[in-house]
Amino acid sequence: MKKSLTLVQLYPRDMNIYGDTGNVLVVQKRAEWHGYDVNVIDYNPEDAFPSEVDIVIGGGGQDSGQIKIQQDLQALAPTLKTLANNGTPMLMVCGLYQLFGKFFKTAGGEIIPGINIMDHETHAGPTRLIGNIVTKSQQFGDIIGYENHSGQTFLSKGLAALGQVIKGAGNNGQDASEGAQYNNVIGTYLHGSLLPKNPQIADFLIEQAAINKYGEFTPSVIDDRFATAARKVAISRSR
Amino acid sequence: MIRRISTPLGKGIKTISKLRGGGSALPGLVVEKIDPDFLRRTLSQLPKGVVLISGTNGKTTTTKMVVELLESQGLKVLTNRSGSNFVRGVIASLLESVDIHGKLNADIAVLELDEAHAVHFVKQVAPTYSLLLNVMRDQLDRFGEIDYTAGLLTKIAQATTGAVVLNREDQRVRNIASLTSSSQPPTFFGLSDATRSLFPDDDSLRKPSLSAEPLPPAYVTLDALHGQTATFSIGTQVHTLNLRLSGLYNIYNAAAALALVSKICNETIKTDALLSTLSQITPAFGRGETFSVDGQPLELVLVKNPSGFRLGLSSFNAKNTATMIAVNDNYADGRDMSWLWDVEFNSLREDGVACVSGIRAYDMALRLQYDEVEIGHVSTELEKSLRHFIRSNSGTPKRIYCTYTAMLQLRRELAKFTKVEAI
Repeated sequence: MKKSLTLVQLYPRDMNIYGDTGNVLVVQKRAEWHGYDVNVIDYNPEDAFPSEVDIVIGGGGQDSGQIKIQQDLQALAPTLKTLANNGTPMLMVCGLYQLFGKFFKTAGGEIIPGINIMDHETHAGPTRLIGNIVTKSQQFGDIIGYENHSGQTFLSKGLAALGQVIKGAGNNGQDASEGAQYNNVIGTYLHGSLLPKNPQIADFLIEQAAINKYGEFTPSVIDDRFATAARKVAISRSR
Repeated sequence: MIRRISTPLGKGIKTISKLRGGGSALPGLVVEKIDPDFLRRTLSQLPKGVVLISGTNGKTTTTKMVVELLESQGLKVLTNRSGSNFVRGVIASLLESVDIHGKLNADIAVLELDEAHAVHFVKQVAPTYSLLLNVMRDQLDRFGEIDYTAGLLTKIAQATTGAVVLNREDQRVRNIASLTSSSQPPTFFGLSDATRSLFPDDDSLRKPSLSAEPLPPAYVTLDALHGQTATFSIGTQVHTLNLRLSGLYNIYNAAAALALVSKICNETIKTDALLSTLSQITPAFGRGETFSVDGQPLELVLVKNPSGFRLGLSSFNAKNTATMIAVNDNYADGRDMSWLWDVEFNSLREDGVACVSGIRAYDMALRLQYDEVEIGHVSTELEKSLRHFIRSNSGTPKRIYCTYTAMLQLRRELAKFTKVEAI
């Protein structure tokens, strides 16, 4: 029987603003190219959360979208926390990255509680941090994307950043950190979408999911020449 | 004193910068600085006032249509046709139209303004009419959020002294109706049940149809569309006509233009002249504009955002046509490539894409790879790619989907092969 993986996209209806569907498509296709059947499940507020989940992907939304999912996310928090603690690979971009932390404090001083999977906090900043961004990670090499956020995220000492900013603002424009990683959960502000131009991260998510489920992962060779060329161009573009 | 010299000065700079081959904004910039009241004072002469057209998609085409339709009604119309849709661009257009004493020879101005600049504009000049087209996912790197953009359009509606014309099918634009203070209720243009299914928008990309919410009545609707034959309801009248426009979105923009012009002309409207002019209108530059190259048509389709790209792909049949895609990432194109991932390219799978180019050619090629669309040629050098595309597809009709600055570049290059009208 062919091996299969179940990918859940969190709140695609309300949190899909920066081409986050691109991340899902890339994981789905690459997993297929690595020899797996992929079952993609859209999870929206009040849906039944699937019982078997191998990868979770979530994106960014507008403020109005974040308000819509807020209550549901709190209800789902224990389930997501168990998955995260058990090593389920996840990718959370922008809005959901923020909500995976302790809280988001708005410009008006209102506290929007997060779900505490990652030990970080986000404060509304005075200006939007917008532009091309390049970061460096020991595990993934150069990570390339585009950022567009007003929230400034500060990681606690025990939480590792995903990368160090080479060009751009990153988590907060101050400490050169970008994103965060806890177990196999990756949080980041990068879109563009993130995974097409950073296939090493897509393959990491797939590999972890495969190992969790089948105890091993044998990758296929995928033609990444367009990704390599697109990375080169993106790095050369001005902020 | 300034009032007397700013006009000749501005006109002088305009001539000089034209001789230098420079941009259209410099004279506007100078006049804006030395005579801040120029804009308001000049436009206040117009007996029928100022029409402002804004929204994410379709401003240029719709403005062109509104101008031609108003001219069909015997009005002298002033417009910022050069596509410089910033306040300075408007001033530059005015400088071209005023005489040396600052007098305008026109009845009405129809101005296309970018959402953010429109808000600056309405602080100086209250429009008599406004037409708000849509709020789509575009240029989020500039405006941040769609809801913010909707807020900009609301400010335009609130500053409008007369009729506000709104797109009924766009939820965010429709909602502006409840936020306007104008004494007259807004006028809507819209689609019918039959044509609505042809228009995917950003929200319905993910959401089931929003039809649960009752829609307000629309004065003009696009009821049916078969190729370039369209049926519109205008008030209680139904008209079917053949158009020279192609593309769903262009034809829906015609409904917007009809609603606005009906509102401006009211009972005095000459319907025959209106419809015969509409049937002759050609698309604005780069918006489905067709050139003849080596005896074959070559069509430029401007794509700026996911919904526009999706509509383009569903409007034009890929069969027996060589396709090229050119994606740049300059400011006017949108710098973030995320949007390409919100467009499905499955419709190009059967015939493939002959050529991919532009600064972000490899981002586009990468996007096509994940939809398993075959690609002939990829290069970031746009001019070379265009020549290659034309050479290697002689004897076949061609279509190029292109972002804004890629479109300008392509038109310049195409002028070497064929007749290209100056913008």
